[in-house]
Amino acid sequence: MLGSKKKEEILIKTIVYMLLIISSIIILIPVFWMLSTAIKEDSEVYLFPPEWIPKKIYLSNFSRALTFLPFGRYFINTSLITFLSVIGQLISSSLVAFGFARLRARGKDLLFMLVLSTMMIPSQITMIPIFILFKLLNWVDTFKPLIVPNFFGGAFFIFLLRQFYMTIPIELDDAAKIDGCSYFGIYTKIILPLTKPALATVAIFTFMWTWNDFMGPLIYLNSREKLTLSLALSRFTGMYGMTAWNLLMAASIVVALPCFVLFFFAQKYFIQGIVITGLKG
Amino acid sequence: MRTNISAISKKEERYFYLFISPWIIGFLIFIIGPIIASLYFSFCNYDVVTPPVWTGLQNYKKLFSDPLFWRALKVTSYYSLLSVPLGIILSLIIAILLNQKIRGLVWFRTIYYVPSVISGVAVSLLWMWIFNPEFGILNFLLWKLFRIHGPAWLMSEEWVIPALIIMSFWGIGGDIVIYLAGLQGIPTELYEAAEIDGANSWKKFINITIPMMSPILLFTLVMGIIGSFQVFTQAYVMTRGGPHYASLFYVLYIYQNAFQFFNMGYASALSWILFIIILLLTLLIFKSSPLWVYYESTRER
Repeated sequence: MLGSKKKEEILIKTIVYMLLIISSIIILIPVFWMLSTAIKEDSEVYLFPPEWIPKKIYLSNFSRALTFLPFGRYFINTSLITFLSVIGQLISSSLVAFGFARLRARGKDLLFMLVLSTMMIPSQITMIPIFILFKLLNWVDTFKPLIVPNFFGGAFFIFLLRQFYMTIPIELDDAAKIDGCSYFGIYTKIILPLTKPALATVAIFTFMWTWNDFMGPLIYLNSREKLTLSLALSRFTGMYGMTAWNLLMAASIVVALPCFVLFFFAQKYFIQGIVITGLKG
Repeated sequence: MRTNISAISKKEERYFYLFISPWIIGFLIFIIGPIIASLYFSFCNYDVVTPPVWTGLQNYKKLFSDPLFWRALKVTSYYSLLSVPLGIILSLIIAILLNQKIRGLVWFRTIYYVPSVISGVAVSLLWMWIFNPEFGILNFLLWKLFRIHGPAWLMSEEWVIPALIIMSFWGIGGDIVIYLAGLQGIPTELYEAAEIDGANSWKKFINITIPMMSPILLFTLVMGIIGSFQVFTQAYVMTRGGPHYASLFYVLYIYQNAFQFFNMGYASALSWILFIIILLLTLLIFKSSPLWVYYESTRER
């Protein structure tokens, strides 16, 4: 009797592993295909049946792809926009979250509901008036429209940070107050140091979103020297007449690389951020 | 003493508003102000160069007789209706598999999440190449494994939306991570008690897993629907709405009207309709949620 139950368990485990492995392979094929195409010789790209592993590795595709457009310039542009957006979100969202998590005031709950409800508003509804506002300010074709809004807090991050701040015992604040610490002191000396992982999560998500943003740069940036990587990559297709897939894939890999590296070094914070917003929302 | 406490709380209240002031300013400048402006523009003829001219309901009237508006609505609903529920089911299945006390959990989870790390334009380009009818890997595999001649995918009016739906499944890693965390949070005693009562795996799934997961499913459903109505990058980069408007996603149509034809008034009317659709869908889901979402706190009452 025990034997058959054990057998059934082993059978189920085998099926589970098989399904997981098959689905993992399906997920990884596109990634593999991307890498494999990127290092192929021009003519090998159009072989049928395709070669999974190229006969000869052409790493020069990367330098070809990167010199065709001023990618260095675009890399700097994207990095600058991303860096300043991250700084803006970290400062503003943590300040606002501190208010909501640690301070008492009339109308606070109502305001917090308002913060949460803004998450449901599609950005398309505000897109046109904001564009006109930035046009009036003469900010179109500068990086400002992509950076400045980050300095006013994001609903998603305010919510995430508030959840973290609430887990810190309020007694710490009271003790600090008795020692003569101001509210701003409590924020910088107690809350911020204790919630570094949460701030890391905010930084990482802002990085990912800004780095990969497409619609923002598409609307606001026109000059050739002001493009971001995403925008340049989308124009790449037109320029090469959709033929040089090896170069396109090489360029895509370079653009995606910083996010990849970030993910592998900071996986913990990614998972944490997703779980917290998903489970407590 | 009492005056002292109220003095402290007055001070505290002042600081509260000071700390949240970035959000309040942002809310006025980037949310409420633009929403009001957008409503006004939607009743105007506005090309950015000359001042807006009030035209009343004209934009909305035009909208209902605009075949492209209906097409955009149809395309987006079709995509949303399939990609969101199927994505949720797929992620839930994988999360359940991952929750079977398996080895290498972290590795599998990483693999499923990797596609979500590469997003936007790079993913769109990759999938354009995968869907390439002649040299793409998908049609090659379909032929190799099943002897099926794959369709023209992005170049086919019939297959372009299914192609984009398939592509959307590649990004379900985030939902898998959320569901896995949710499953891990279900108390094992519930399952043990059910086993004593003689429940089989299916019964346990229907009577414990699904109810316990329902608040999380609700959240991902709402976010998924909102997200699916905002698809833009794939449509713009991969198909430009083609072939023959078969992938004219709603937001792409707004973008074209606003930033290519400079019909800001008409684009504003379009975005108000989008806003109302999303609002109604969200309300509908939330209103229906007591029927299928299980909250532990309501049971205790």
